[in-house]
Amino acid sequence: MAASYSLTELMVCVAARQLEDGRTAVIGTGIPLAAAMLAQRTQSPHLIIMFEAGSVAPELIRLPRSVADSFTQTGGLMHSSMNEIMEACQRGVVDYTFLGGAQVDMYGNLNSTMVGTDIQHPKVSLPGSGGANDLASLCWKTLVITPHDARHFAAKLDFLTTPGYLTGPGAREAAGLPPGTGPYKVISTLALMGYDPQSRRMRVESLHPGVSVDDVRSNTGFDMLFADNLTVTPEPSAEELRVLREEVDPAGMIIRKH
Amino acid sequence: MSDSQMHASVGALFMPPDVDTARRFFANKSRVLTDKLVTVDQAVSRFVHDGDYLASGGFGMVRIATAVLHEIVRQRRKGLGLSGHTATHDFEILAAGRCFDRCDVAYVVGLEMRGLSPQARRYMESGCVQVTEWSNASLGWRYKAAAMGVPFLPIRSLLGTDTFKYSAAKEILCPFTGEKYAAVPALYPDVGIIHVHRADIFGNAQIDGISVADWDLARASKRLIITTERLVETDEIRRAPERTQIPYWLVDAVCVVPYGSYPGNMPFEYYFDDAHLQEWFDAEKDEGSLATFLDKYIYGTADFEEYLALKGGEAHMRSLRALEPLHRGPEETWQPLTA
Repeated sequence: MAASYSLTELMVCVAARQLEDGRTAVIGTGIPLAAAMLAQRTQSPHLIIMFEAGSVAPELIRLPRSVADSFTQTGGLMHSSMNEIMEACQRGVVDYTFLGGAQVDMYGNLNSTMVGTDIQHPKVSLPGSGGANDLASLCWKTLVITPHDARHFAAKLDFLTTPGYLTGPGAREAAGLPPGTGPYKVISTLALMGYDPQSRRMRVESLHPGVSVDDVRSNTGFDMLFADNLTVTPEPSAEELRVLREEVDPAGMIIRKH
Repeated sequence: MSDSQMHASVGALFMPPDVDTARRFFANKSRVLTDKLVTVDQAVSRFVHDGDYLASGGFGMVRIATAVLHEIVRQRRKGLGLSGHTATHDFEILAAGRCFDRCDVAYVVGLEMRGLSPQARRYMESGCVQVTEWSNASLGWRYKAAAMGVPFLPIRSLLGTDTFKYSAAKEILCPFTGEKYAAVPALYPDVGIIHVHRADIFGNAQIDGISVADWDLARASKRLIITTERLVETDEIRRAPERTQIPYWLVDAVCVVPYGSYPGNMPFEYYFDDAHLQEWFDAEKDEGSLATFLDKYIYGTADFEEYLALKGGEAHMRSLRALEPLHRGPEETWQPLTA
């Protein structure tokens, strides 16, 4: 019998397992960073975390509130600049970026700019690209974590802030984005998704415990694909939960907020 | 391989990348070693004019020149242009004062983990602000192009998106490879404002920790206002010149403002005042409560020192120092996580 856990805790654990040891990653605050910290303290001790504002390979002692704050810089190997980080991504040395909370379509394109039709007069203003457009353009693999409902998994984005596979196979390269880059995984409240290598469309790889194919279908605004060998997402282990609760987020900034 | 179809952008280019005009401006900027110490009030009166294009250093709520931002609101500057690579508390302050009417946007409504600023949303949704879209790197590289004295840089982000479409970037083909790139135009702000750890009276300035975009921003800005935690002798600068990010000839005004990034974080000095940032956020819930709040903290105070005094003064600021995890020099407190 597995220990009881929250949906946020499950998502952080699933996200952490996607980050391979010895890789470089530019990570945003919130759930993505909790996942990267958990990865470092479990299967990927040599995962190199960078922050877009300039910190390189810190030893994180607490979750920061901003990608620039002091807690991104503790025990760092280098305190650099935003341009230095973004240029590393553009040069091809950054394996992962991990972005949070945006509207996503079936090709992994993201909207974090606005709801509405007129950028000069948006119905709802969203935070904006920040570094997301750059990171998802330039890093090799883009991971996204977002709640799973038909509003977040949308058939059509009001604004394409950040590139996924754009309109499908070959579209990133045709647009001039670096070849071989693109969306990799999406972790939602219902499932873990990847992308079908032929169609570049989002495809469910595993359903979280207790979630059905119909649950995903009815909470997705586009035609979701499902892998032939669809599995159930493994539950968090006791050790993952211990590290997450005691070391990564003892104050509950993430795991007790959501 | 990129296709040959070229896409146009529709965003307004607020600041043309006129490198020779900039060269002439910089040629005429004084290199004389003079005492540039002024009050924040004087710096804003002299160097920030209605209609100017402004760039704020640091990163939204980390190492921001809060005192200058308050003074811009207090002096009721209007019609400013603004560059917003991750602009959070700095943006909240200027949006509260309704100081700008055009904005190069990468990230301006969000407050990172704190949510979305109600006032920033109201102001951006009001139609009062003309918006051109960018991203953090493209704005950073626009400063870098200006710092290099070239009219544009080719970059590999923005492409294929609405962010590109509503920017003022252009697609170009590489003259060497024929591949497609986004060209982003040099951005020379009329005035830059940067908060630093230490500076001398001439403007030689040092930043500890990450520099975000400020190396390039300092070089791109036609006029530059520095606020500093500490005023030091030039000898102290010369003892650690590798820490100098800003040489004096870039600088027009030096203001000594201890706790100058409050309520933001100043790495190596003090951490956020979460309670006061929440107070701002709560005050923004409607125009009435925001007006009362601004009357109390900005319009009703003579300067930043009075604002700090309202927030508990030195005793409270010391409590924020106690929350700061980074420390310089022999008092270094960081310990490796694993033996």
